[in-house]
Amino acid sequence: MTERNGAHPQSPSGIPLDAPSGIPLGLAKRGYSGVIQHLAAGNAGSALSADELESRLIELGFVEGARVEVLHEGIVGRDPIAVRVENVTIAVRRREAMAIIVA
Amino acid sequence: MEAPLLHLALVGTPNSGKTSLFNALTGSRQKVANYPGVTVERKEGSFVTPRGRQVSLVDLPGTYSLRGRSPDEEITRDIVLGRTPGEALPDLVLCVADSTNLRLTIRLLLELKSTGRPLMLVLNMFDIATRRGVTVDVPRLSEALGVPVVTSIAVRKGGTSELLRRTDELITVQAPHPAQPNLWQPLTVAQLRATQREADRIIAATISLPTRPDTWTARIDAVVLHPVAGLAILALILFVMFQAVFAWAAPLMELLASAFGALGQLVHDALPAGLVRSFLQNGVISGVGSVIVFLPQIIIIFLFILLLEDFGYMARAAFLMDRIMGGAGLHGRAFIPLLSSFACAIPGIMATRVIDNRRDRLTTILIAPLMTCSARIPVYTLIISAFIPARQVWGFVSLQGLVMFGLYATGIASALGVSFLIKFFMWRDYAPAPFMLELPDYKMPRPRSIAIGIYTRAMMFLQRAGTTIFSMMVLIWFLASFPQPPAGATDPAINYSLAAMIGKALEPLLAPVGFNWQIAVALIPGMAAREVAVAALGTVYAIEGGKEAAEQIGQLLATKWSLATALSLLAWYIFAPQCASTLAVIRRETGSWTWMWVTFGYMFALAYAASFATYNIAVALGAG
Repeated sequence: MTERNGAHPQSPSGIPLDAPSGIPLGLAKRGYSGVIQHLAAGNAGSALSADELESRLIELGFVEGARVEVLHEGIVGRDPIAVRVENVTIAVRRREAMAIIVA
Repeated sequence: MEAPLLHLALVGTPNSGKTSLFNALTGSRQKVANYPGVTVERKEGSFVTPRGRQVSLVDLPGTYSLRGRSPDEEITRDIVLGRTPGEALPDLVLCVADSTNLRLTIRLLLELKSTGRPLMLVLNMFDIATRRGVTVDVPRLSEALGVPVVTSIAVRKGGTSELLRRTDELITVQAPHPAQPNLWQPLTVAQLRATQREADRIIAATISLPTRPDTWTARIDAVVLHPVAGLAILALILFVMFQAVFAWAAPLMELLASAFGALGQLVHDALPAGLVRSFLQNGVISGVGSVIVFLPQIIIIFLFILLLEDFGYMARAAFLMDRIMGGAGLHGRAFIPLLSSFACAIPGIMATRVIDNRRDRLTTILIAPLMTCSARIPVYTLIISAFIPARQVWGFVSLQGLVMFGLYATGIASALGVSFLIKFFMWRDYAPAPFMLELPDYKMPRPRSIAIGIYTRAMMFLQRAGTTIFSMMVLIWFLASFPQPPAGATDPAINYSLAAMIGKALEPLLAPVGFNWQIAVALIPGMAAREVAVAALGTVYAIEGGKEAAEQIGQLLATKWSLATALSLLAWYIFAPQCASTLAVIRRETGSWTWMWVTFGYMFALAYAASFATYNIAVALGAG
């Protein structure tokens, strides 16, 4: 599918791309690029129930195997983030992005 | 026998270009109303197919799924499922997709298929997709999905001809429709995921995507979403918008004002002196005229809002403002409703339906009336032009524009303050609701669609001027004209009228904030709608001072009021809950009288306190 320029081979925490567990997208910095491993909606601490959060994330295209890239960050606490998901850009707060495990 | 009216429904994700397709198909043959019992906008239009079938088309609220998370999304689900009483079950559902961005729509389409309704996928904005290197194997896509697929370019002349032709074919073949059973059930998370996987599989097999994203959007976003530059640009846009509302509209407004003046003069010359002439000239023409004069400003503010929305900037503004507004306890999505409230609090409050968390929505509704709506502009303009000298400061900024900007800024600051207090005292124990929003690719706004948008809103304003405001003007003219002064009266006629009695009764209450009885009289009809106060002041002073007064109401006020009174009235208007329609919408949207009275009460208290402080400080500084 879509290829992007400027993809970083390393996650910000230094975990290599082939790590099986992955990191939450909510911790990724601007410029991070990776692939969604799984959704862990129960861990996000969102005001939504795990099922509702997961449904909404899927509706916006966050499913396993989708390629994501963090394009922009807000000014206060680098939050929210604008994430390219395949060929759509979605704005999401880091709190909810914690539910998206990427590598 | 004539074929029965055909019912078509447009369904699509937000930003799919549904509205531009709706505009292209129906043109100006549109009706906007509300669904009964809810405040969801019902947009219906009509057109005739090439083979002469009459079609009624509804534009359903945008949605990513049929789960119905908000009142808007419930409407879409219920109409597609035929659950809404009084609404026809659509004969054909047109699922509209942005061709550059098919992933989410194809998932929605797969869900729509389970409803059993005849479906057609419309690949809209196909020209943009082609230019970006998206190639779609339309026949294979149609086969994989099991529904007809057409391409369309809503914004180009003839861009919908294939859609129309296929619609004709489908209804001829399918009428009466094969009764497909409705198998739709709310999807579980696992089913949702499976549908998205299926959609991705179909896309991989039939669509080839470009190797790089839209470079224009990426380039613009690099600046516009930059944490610092982005906020500076947002502030600049708002500043230009308010300067424009004040400066660009002026020549047109002068033109309208002199036209109404001339019309009044015509009536004056044609009729003998007496009640009829007074009614037509002072009641009707100067009353309605003084409100219609503000049409240019309302058009300019809607022009900005519609342009920014169509361009795709509004979602960016929400992104930039999310955490900043979050500091005041507001959701990023509240930015759009609050920005619309600058035009009018009513569409603003209705737009809060995009906020799905009830607490966030309620906070936004409560503070939306503090945003400076266009109905305040007439009052602000009148007082500013009468009391603030028209000179430049710092060489290039108009002082009048600056005061206007200050009034807007005060409104915004107090809205944020009130929101913060609400959050702090009522809802501090709740975790903030999520913010998830698609940032659509930028699109060149289309003049036609902007024009239709402005036209609908201008008509709404004129309709209001023609009905509510007109009847209020007649009422105030009556109050100000009767009873007639006794023979040999020396004071102006209005001093003997009912209006004067009411105004004088209220005067002791308003004296501490510096209002005289004429202002008190004007504030009463101003309860119906803010801008009526201007017309009312015009009527009160016109009847008092003769025909010239209404035309030069500004200069007249400058001689009658102190600067302290004028500033106090400006402060009053920032806060006062002077709009019966807004209160009615709050009642309807919150489903509760309590919240309506809470809004009324807190705004009234703020208005009185602000005017009291402004007046007394101004008097102490020597402006009394």
